[in-house]
Formats: sequence, C-alpha cells, structure tokens
Amino acid sequence: MENIKYFFKNNIRQYGMLIALIFITIFFQIMTNGILLVPMNVTNLILQNAYVFILAIGMTITILTGGNIDLSVGSVVAFIGAICGTFIITMKLNVGLALFLAIAIGFIIGVWQGFWIAYIRIPAFIVTLAGMLLFRGLTVFMLKGLTINPFPDIFQNISSGFLPDFAKGVFGKYHSTAILMGIAGIVIYIIYQFKRRASQRRNGFDIMSLPLFLAQIVLISAFMLVFSIWLAAYKGLPVIFVIIGVLILAYSFFTNRTVPGRYLYFMGGNEKAARLSGINTNKVLFFAYVNMGVLAAIAGIAYTARLNAASPQSGLNFELDAIAACFIGGASAYGGIGTIIGSIIGALVMGVLNNGMSILGIGSDVQQIVKGLVLLLAVAFDVLSKKKSR
Amino acid sequence: MESGFILEMKDITKQFPGVTALKNVSLAIQQGEIHAVVGENGAGKSTLMNILSGVYPHGTYTGQIIFENNERVFRDVRDSERIGISIIHQELALSPYLSIGENIFLGNERARRSIINWDKTYSDAKELLDLVGLKENPHVAIKDISVGKQQLVEIAKALSKKVKLLILDEPTASLNEDDSEHLLNLLLNLKKKGLTSILISHKLNEISQVADFITIIRDGEVIETLENDKNVINEDRIIKGMVGRELVDRFPKRTPHIGRVSFEIKDWNVHSPLNPEQQIIKNAEISVHQGEIVGIAGLMGAGRTELAMSVFGRSYGTRISGKLIKDGKELHIKTVRQAIDHKIAYTTEDRKTAGLNLIGDLKQNITIAALGKISSHFVIDNEDEIKVSELYRKKLNIRSLNIYQKAGDLSGGNQQKVVLSRWIFAEPDVLILDEPTRGIDVGAKFEIYTIINQLADEGKSIVFISSELPEILGICDRIYVMSNGKIVGEFPRAEATQEGIMKCIMQSIGGNTNGEY
Repeated sequence: MENIKYFFKNNIRQYGMLIALIFITIFFQIMTNGILLVPMNVTNLILQNAYVFILAIGMTITILTGGNIDLSVGSVVAFIGAICGTFIITMKLNVGLALFLAIAIGFIIGVWQGFWIAYIRIPAFIVTLAGMLLFRGLTVFMLKGLTINPFPDIFQNISSGFLPDFAKGVFGKYHSTAILMGIAGIVIYIIYQFKRRASQRRNGFDIMSLPLFLAQIVLISAFMLVFSIWLAAYKGLPVIFVIIGVLILAYSFFTNRTVPGRYLYFMGGNEKAARLSGINTNKVLFFAYVNMGVLAAIAGIAYTARLNAASPQSGLNFELDAIAACFIGGASAYGGIGTIIGSIIGALVMGVLNNGMSILGIGSDVQQIVKGLVLLLAVAFDVLSKKKSR
Repeated sequence: MESGFILEMKDITKQFPGVTALKNVSLAIQQGEIHAVVGENGAGKSTLMNILSGVYPHGTYTGQIIFENNERVFRDVRDSERIGISIIHQELALSPYLSIGENIFLGNERARRSIINWDKTYSDAKELLDLVGLKENPHVAIKDISVGKQQLVEIAKALSKKVKLLILDEPTASLNEDDSEHLLNLLLNLKKKGLTSILISHKLNEISQVADFITIIRDGEVIETLENDKNVINEDRIIKGMVGRELVDRFPKRTPHIGRVSFEIKDWNVHSPLNPEQQIIKNAEISVHQGEIVGIAGLMGAGRTELAMSVFGRSYGTRISGKLIKDGKELHIKTVRQAIDHKIAYTTEDRKTAGLNLIGDLKQNITIAALGKISSHFVIDNEDEIKVSELYRKKLNIRSLNIYQKAGDLSGGNQQKVVLSRWIFAEPDVLILDEPTRGIDVGAKFEIYTIINQLADEGKSIVFISSELPEILGICDRIYVMSNGKIVGEFPRAEATQEGIMKCIMQSIGGNTNGEY
C-alpha cells in the first residue's frame, strides 16, 4: 500500500491532468448544452487533433533525452504535405509508393537534424530553429507558393475514412466494427490485468487491494465500452484513430518496457551518469530525432489528407501545440520525466479547450489566451507541488 | 543580560512531513570561538544551520534564536546576513564566468546609485584577498582558479559583508591537504581578529586541531558539547559520541586471499582533451591481483581520476596510448560499453553529477549498467528488475522507503550503496572505486568498507582511489602513490605509513611543499 501511495505521489501531475481533463470536459459539456460530447463531435475531436497526438509522441521522446525540443515539426509537416502533393497530384505516383517515400524523407530529415544535434552537439533548439526555416522555405519553393489539391479519395481516407462495418446490422444502427473492437479491447485489457496481478502475487510484490483493483478494471472497461459505443453511433472507427492507437501502445511499450526506452529516461536524468553506465548517449539522442522526423512525416501525411490539400502555409505553430501537450502532460523541461500517455492527455486538454471554445463561438484570440494560461498554470502547479513536498 | 554568548539557539524543533529533524536542540556559541558541529549524515546539522541562516524562515520551526542578546526573526537568508551571519555551503555559490572581484561583491556591489565603481571594487577585493591569504589577481575568472582558492574567495565574500558569525559547511571536503591546512590556519587567524565561526566537517582530525568546542548531534538531538581545551579531544572520542558506541575499529578486519595477477595497465599515457599538448598521465603502470585491494593515493589533481576514467572506456582524455591486459590477454577498449563487457567497472568520485540519475528511482539506478541481464530482445522483465533491486537493497542495506524512491532523496551513504549495487550487479572482475566514501558519515563508511572487503573476498580485483590516507592504509593490501600524472611509489601494506606516502609525494613534487598561493 505504501508503494502505491508513493507511486501516486510521484505521478501527481499526470493524475492531476487527467482529473483536470475530466473537469474541463464536464465544464464544456454543460456550457455547450451537451454538444461537446455528441458522437459526431467526439469523432471530430479525434480527427481534428490527430496530428497533435502523433507529434506529441515524438516530442515526448526528444524531451525525455534532456528537455530537447523540436521546433521544425510544423515546417516538416508542411514539407511532407508538399512532397505528397507533388508525388501524388503533380506526378501521379502510386499512393502507396508516395507514402513510403514521404516517410523515408521524414527519416532523412531526422537523420539530418539528429546528426547536428547528437554528433556535432549543436543545441537542438538552434538546429531545429534552422530546420523550421529551412523546411518552410523548401515547402514554399516546391509548391511555388501555391496550394495544390485535390488528393485522390484513397489518400484522403487516411484522415477522414472509417473502418468498414464488418457485421452490418448486428448492433442495430450502431457500427459493429467499433463495438466489436471495443469489446475485444476490454477483454484483452482484463486478461492482461489479471495475469499481471497473478504474477505480482506469485513474486510476493505489493498488490493493489482487491476492491481498488476491481474498481479500476470496471472504470476503465466502462470507459472503453462507452467510448466505442459513441464512435459506433456516428460512423464507426476512424482509420486515423487506429493508427494513433497503435502508435500510443507501441511507444508506451517502448518507453516503459524496453532497454532503449530506459536509456531515454536515464540520459534525461543525468547524461554524464548515463555515459559512465555504458550508454551511447549520442546514439540515443540521434535516434530521438530520427524518430521525430518519421513521426513528423506521419503527422504531415495525416494532416495533408485531412486538409485534402498541400499548402505552403500548413503546419504553422504545430510544434508549439506538440510541445505544450508534452509539458501540460507532465514532461519535465529538463528531461528524464514524462510519459506518452501524459502527453496524449495534455494534447486532449488542449483539444477539448479548442473545440469547446469554438462551439461556444469564442474567438481564436481568446482561445490562445486561455491555452497560454493553461500551459503556464499546469507547469506552475507541478513546480509548486514539488516545492511543497520537499 | 550579558551572557558572553554571541549566539544562543534554544529548544529548536523542526518537523518535516513524517520526521522530526531536530528535537529541542540548544546551541550556545561564545564570542570569538571556533565551534564545530559534528554528526552523521542526516543527524540534523544542515537543518540546524539552515534555520540559523534563515533558509528555513521563522515560523517553520519552534524555538528561539538569540544573536548578540536579541531575539532574532529571520524571514530569509538576507535577514541573517544583514546582522552578520554568513553561511558558506559545501557547493560553492560563485558565478564561474565572473571575476573574483565581481564575485566577492555580488549582491553587495561597490556602487553609488546603482553605478558600479570598478576601481573601488577591485581595490577592496585586493584587500580582502590579502586578508584571506590568496595571492591572485581579482580580475581572474572564478572558473580559472582551483576549488581551494574558490573556497577562499567565498570567505573573502563573507568578510566583505562584515560577518560576525561565519558558518562553514564541509569547507575542506573537496580540498587537498595543503589547501585544507591553509584554510584551517586562516580560520585560526580570523579567530584572533575576533571572528566567531561554526565549522561543520566530517574530517575529525581537522576538528580536533582547530575547534574550541565540539557539539555532537545524533538523530536530531544534541548529544554533548565537548570542550576542546588544548586540543585534547581525539577522534575516537568524537566518533563515540557520533555513533553512540565505541567504534573499536574504523576498518573491518579482513584476511586477504590474493590470487594471480588479473588486470594490468602498462605504459599508459593520456593527454588533456582540452589541450592535447598537455600530458595528464605519464607512463603509468599498475597491476591488480585477484582478491586484492590496491589503493591509489595522491593529492587532488594528481591524475588518479583521469587515469581511471581513461582506462574505463576512454571516458576521459585524448591521444591515449598503452596496454590494458586482463587475465593475460590484451584488451582493446574504446567505449564504456566495451569496458563493461570486459567486466571492468568504475564508480565515479562525483556520484551526484556523474553517478546517479537523481530523478530516477532506485530500481533504474541499480539495473542501468546491466539491463541485458534482466531483458530479452530489449524488453525489460519488470518482475526480474524488481527482484534484483530488492535483493541489492537488502544485501547492501540501502535505507530507503522502497525501490521506487528517487535516488536524489537518499543520503550520501545510501546513494553510494546504490552506485555500488549497480556495478556489483554488472558482475565485474575489476572494480575501480573513485573516492567511494567521500562526504559520507562514519557509520556508512564502515558499511562501504565491508562491502568492498566482501567483493575482494569473492575474488574480484579492487582499485581503490582515495584522498584520505587513513582509509587507504586501513583497507588496502598494496598502495600506489600518484603524483603529477605519474606513479611515484608503491608500498605493500606492511610498509606503508601516512608519513611515508606524504614524503613520497613531496619528493616527487620537488620540495615545493609549502603550498604556493
């Protein structure tokens, strides 16, 4: 029990932000007379913010290495959009091949920036600031300052398509795939939790009390069920939701359970100590930026598909959304602290704020003021609570 | 009422969530004395000094502070400084890129209407430097002078504020013997001029040398205050008070079982990474046997750490040449990873900045160097990791709430045990331990020695680097003496004495023994 309390105390920011997210949601649900959480709007929330989720995952990784941010991702998103537009619309390349090339180019961008940051040791802030200008310039150059559109349907489907209804009519007017996937998810989750508990007990570790354990399972299962019904009530599972879901799971596993993931945290906590423990910190830093390049390319594809256009102005300020999401979600500006889920929660906080205020007809000026204050307060809360616990 | 006391702290009680750090502590300091405060780490010395200097403001503790016969209420450090109390912390508070003069008057500038008078700044600085016996140009940047000199700058800074009570927290912890002695003499000189000081130190020999009174704190309570008239209080007497029992032996007994030669460093040369022309290590030759503890003695800056780090995967230096031979085979090690794979381990002298991930938990800090042992295909087995961490927490008696506690929250001794756990878990054959007992208390030191002895008894080869000669003599089987990047002497345990080693060092320096400043 002591351990669990300790765990909660140390993750106060993440739980705090989750609770804040719930309150913000309830607040806007009431203020918008229930519009915020209608099935269509919930689906929209995911589609609108897809790029932030993807970028926030990559940004979490770079921030973990030591508070290193990537200012270039907005420009890279635009650049990848230009690449997609040129390949698919202008050159009429096969969409699959174009996507592969776009991601490969994201990889190369990551290698380029990672090289300067990790091996030449130019501060990430400067390298990516240069990248921000560089890739924006390249975008405008490639597009000759013009927006090109439209994209073929198959490309658009990445961001606006839904999984087909495999068993139409089984759940009445509800989309069956979403509900079946939801149920599958719940079953997998429950099995995993029980297995883990059994093995913890076998090893004599501290385990959660049974009522608490069951309460947690019921709560999360109920949430997953309601969520899948909600999606099913509109058009079902968005393709992009599946992509994001897979990314979140894969990167959470990567950061929590793998050796390189551990290196990220250790390096962020103390780079010198990491090096003296046999970690090639240059390689870790390099990887973080290569990874960011690839994820920025994926975000670029997702955003371009949603916009259905390659525009020289797309992706403006995306880097700031992603960075804000990470810090709101509990990442430390010095590195070594932060989680993928935390950053996703941070992105959701921003997303719900945006969406809720838009429904209320609040102008973008006020929206920016509110978001700025939320970012500041979230971090201030964290800093102050840490000071107090000292 | 005139009491003759410059300072009286009465019934100070300070609570932290869950712990009482100080229980009714009373301390009385006479005008013009040097008063030592000793105690194990975590005994409450720093807490007491933080209360005295206003770091913990009035209201966060109970009790009274009476300074110069008036009760004082400090809201912050400035309040205590204003009436003449200055504290010099172990981690120096100097700005590295500013000059000595600028640092001395930082926050207390020689200025009129916010316009700094640089001529006065530097002439006043010069006077203060003369007073503390530092022959250095006040225009020189702090980063360009040694730690010992920086310490003197701190004292000059305190003097510039018209200090009446000077508190020094472990002032000699990172100084070599010469610098330490200079500093202690300075304190004695300042005492003659009427300055009162409180000295916190783990170096008991220094305390018995300079202190007039010694107050011993244990578990947040004052155990006793000893009068050190004519310096009759010896170290054993102080230790007895600190640990609450007679520590018959400061070093655990061990019968060495020394096997064949296991690791050799031959003709080792290293150049400075900042200035490749400058040779830091010159033709060093060292060998260690199985089950042997080999000490490397020397002054600060002798090149011991540089030698160790350059051997450990070239973590220091450029243009490295020489041979490393382990179990008769020559090794070609270029990275730390390769060194670890060849079963060599190195624990740093600076566990906070180069040893531990302070914001990471115990578990992560213990397993980081050998994650391969608890993972398959790069996936960490959480349960294995917990088991391993619990095992080492018990085995090395690491005092923490659990394995999820942050390394930064532990005391120095326990942090060192975490570092040792990490490297023991990596199962090395050769362990290079760099100042493993620096800044930790007597009780924890004993535990660390015991662990080192056990490792040697298991057949591992230990290289033990330390600036404290008594401990080198206490636990090593053979001792190398290093000076100026060279191995200048080698003593078997039976022939080694403190005097012998010091003489060896001094001869190598060439008679320049009076510590030029």
